[in-house]
Amino acid sequence: MEEERTHIISALVLHKPGVLQRVAGLFTRRGFNIDSITVGTSEKEGMARMTIISRGDDKVLEQITKQLNKLIDVIKVRDLEHETTVKRELCLIKVHSPTEKIRSEVIQYAGIFRGRIIDVSSETLTIEITGDSDKIDTLIDLVRGFGIKEIARTGPTAMSRGIKTM
Amino acid sequence: MKGGQAIIKSLTDAGVEVVFGYPGGVLLPLYDVIYDSNLRHILVRHEQCAAHAADGYARASGEVGVCIGTSGPGATNLVTGIATAYMDSSPILALAGQVPSHLIGNDAFQEVDTLGITMPITKHSFQPMKAKEIPGMIKSSFYIASTGRPGPVVIDLPKDVQEEEFEPEKNIKIELPGYKPTKKGHPLQIKKAAKLIINSKKPVILAGGGVILSESSLELLKLSETIGAPVTNTLLGKGSFPEDHELSLGMLGMHGRKTANFLVDECDCLIAVGCRFSDRTTGNVDEFAKNAKIIHIDIDPAEIGKNIEVDVPIVGDAKIVLRDLLDMIIKYKSNITTDEWVNHVKEFKNACIPRMTYNDVPLKPQTVIKEIFDTLEDDTIVTTDVGQNQMWMAHYFTSKHPRTFLSSGGLGTMGFGFPAAMGAKVAKPETDVVAVCGDGGFLMVCQDLATIKEYDIPIVICILDNRRLGMVAQWQKLFYDKRMSHTHLGEVPDFVMLAESFGVNAERLERPGDIKDCLSNALKSGEPTLLDIIIDPEEILPMVPPGCGLTELVGEYKVERENLEEITYHEKSQEKVGD
Ligand SMILES: Cc1ncc(C[n+]2csc(CCOP(=O)(O)OP(=O)(O)O)c2C)c(N)n1
Repeated sequence: MEEERTHIISALVLHKPGVLQRVAGLFTRRGFNIDSITVGTSEKEGMARMTIISRGDDKVLEQITKQLNKLIDVIKVRDLEHETTVKRELCLIKVHSPTEKIRSEVIQYAGIFRGRIIDVSSETLTIEITGDSDKIDTLIDLVRGFGIKEIARTGPTAMSRGIKTM
Repeated sequence: MKGGQAIIKSLTDAGVEVVFGYPGGVLLPLYDVIYDSNLRHILVRHEQCAAHAADGYARASGEVGVCIGTSGPGATNLVTGIATAYMDSSPILALAGQVPSHLIGNDAFQEVDTLGITMPITKHSFQPMKAKEIPGMIKSSFYIASTGRPGPVVIDLPKDVQEEEFEPEKNIKIELPGYKPTKKGHPLQIKKAAKLIINSKKPVILAGGGVILSESSLELLKLSETIGAPVTNTLLGKGSFPEDHELSLGMLGMHGRKTANFLVDECDCLIAVGCRFSDRTTGNVDEFAKNAKIIHIDIDPAEIGKNIEVDVPIVGDAKIVLRDLLDMIIKYKSNITTDEWVNHVKEFKNACIPRMTYNDVPLKPQTVIKEIFDTLEDDTIVTTDVGQNQMWMAHYFTSKHPRTFLSSGGLGTMGFGFPAAMGAKVAKPETDVVAVCGDGGFLMVCQDLATIKEYDIPIVICILDNRRLGMVAQWQKLFYDKRMSHTHLGEVPDFVMLAESFGVNAERLERPGDIKDCLSNALKSGEPTLLDIIIDPEEILPMVPPGCGLTELVGEYKVERENLEEITYHEKSQEKVGD
């Protein structure tokens, strides 16, 4: 058995109806796992970029890239190397903070992680934080004690460092 | 121009002469155009048969086959046929009706998510939302279906789009930036392969359906003869190499020929061309060709390394790659000595020619296949259904030309053989077409006897009638303690009466020697005919149990002997003719 690793797959796809379904369907049908998937417009008109985080050994990864490449609506697929890739995720956390004391603690934690408070109510604070997934996990763990009302994470999006493009 | 007219014009522009279809509410606009078009429309009696017929048409001719079904149940009835074509890389275009676009998503009458349902079983699919998209989509569909690794394409056609008026453009462009199939193999890989082949002493070639799809039989023959490599084939590769050639080993795999299974085990270099190493072909992968370095040539990069680890992968069109490979081999070494290996192959082949001659009643299936083979011309197209009938044919029938042996390999679809034969005959009206079916599989599609009668499609259907779901029964016998759960089909129907009720000629055959005259008369008659051939339900096919290596054949492998008379007269005393 080869070693399972987490892979960051970046795919340039045609921006049209059904593409996400084709990609997601391919993963389910072939038994590949998806930890997360993000989609948005790209620098090229009519094309979108998908970032898929998946786990598997090298053989599985090879199949994923090859099968993705076979989809007619997929233009390009790259397995991004961890060392030479910047990877960021956005997360919103709504924390239960009914007292002045808790509120100031939460704000402090958010500050340490370069998070921002983007919404306040008498009962809650909402933190916005960007970073790699580990950093977000750590902040979530820290504020968990206060009571988390809601979390929304985008899943990571990524690209190569430096001048290299796909 | 209206959307519906654009559909028919685009089909005609693509060279389509015939479509197999079945109308319905949302297809009324399209069928209204078909009504006075020159396109030949064959009304099948079940949409599944439309898809299989289109598939048979494609496999027999190499051209894209076209089928049509209405929304909802029409489209779902096409699904089995589309999946069958997908698994066997057959180029078909399926046109499905869809509810009017403003109703999509409302669970309208006869609405089904055809694109969603067919996504995993198509090479690609389209849904025009404006009539002006139709010409481009149809043109692209033909291009996608027929190039690279061929496969089915679905176009989902909302009713209102068929009716919409639009101004057609002069030049229809294909814009598919994500689709560029590789044709030429990488020269370095070809060089590696050539060296490997030259340095091998016992090369074997495994030919798959890709050889037929890329029309590279001639290149294959040259390679085989130059390097002295015997050729075994997959089920879909049957006909890619003449099976009467001294270097042919016949089919490999679970129901493969003994010669093929053993020589693949023995070889030191396996050259696999246009095949995907399915589990039915390889048996236990750890045991497969364990003494060999493997070269794998395929146009689909995803097939390489998927089921079997290979030493030299080459992505490209088999025809081009085989040519380049042969050139490279000859460049390195002009005369390759092959005698020792070739003689060994011939000797081994001669020692295990499978026995087909019996005088038994009920007829032994082997004898039936032999009699069918003896009657047919070399270029006759045979189709098979799925089950024992298919494997009897695959194992015992000698195919000599590409596109003359049509069978559902990947999906193993019962009900394929008869409608595929219908499609093949429509594609090749001058060629004899014979469908060999099991009684179970034929019954799944027998309503289309009406189609061959009404449209005068003179094929001959040979039912190997064992009143069993034979293949499943064989497994029950071998692996489930003879507990024959739901595999007996009982006494009905009377296939002769069934055929006659459709106005199709029919005859029942029960004795050795009966087939030749009946079959050749039927073919000469120019009318569709059904032959109900009663066979021995107890006969067991040679087989490798699932999970075993290819040399672990169960039971004895009966071989043809010269002292045939002696053997056949002792038929009831359990003759032992194993090797
Ligand atoms: C549509 C479909 N249903 C079920 C099967 C499973 N199956 C494989 S072979 C077989 C038996 C086929 O019986 P028959 O058509 O009489 O042919 P025989 O094996 O007797 O030649 C069955 C049920 C299948 N391949 N296809």
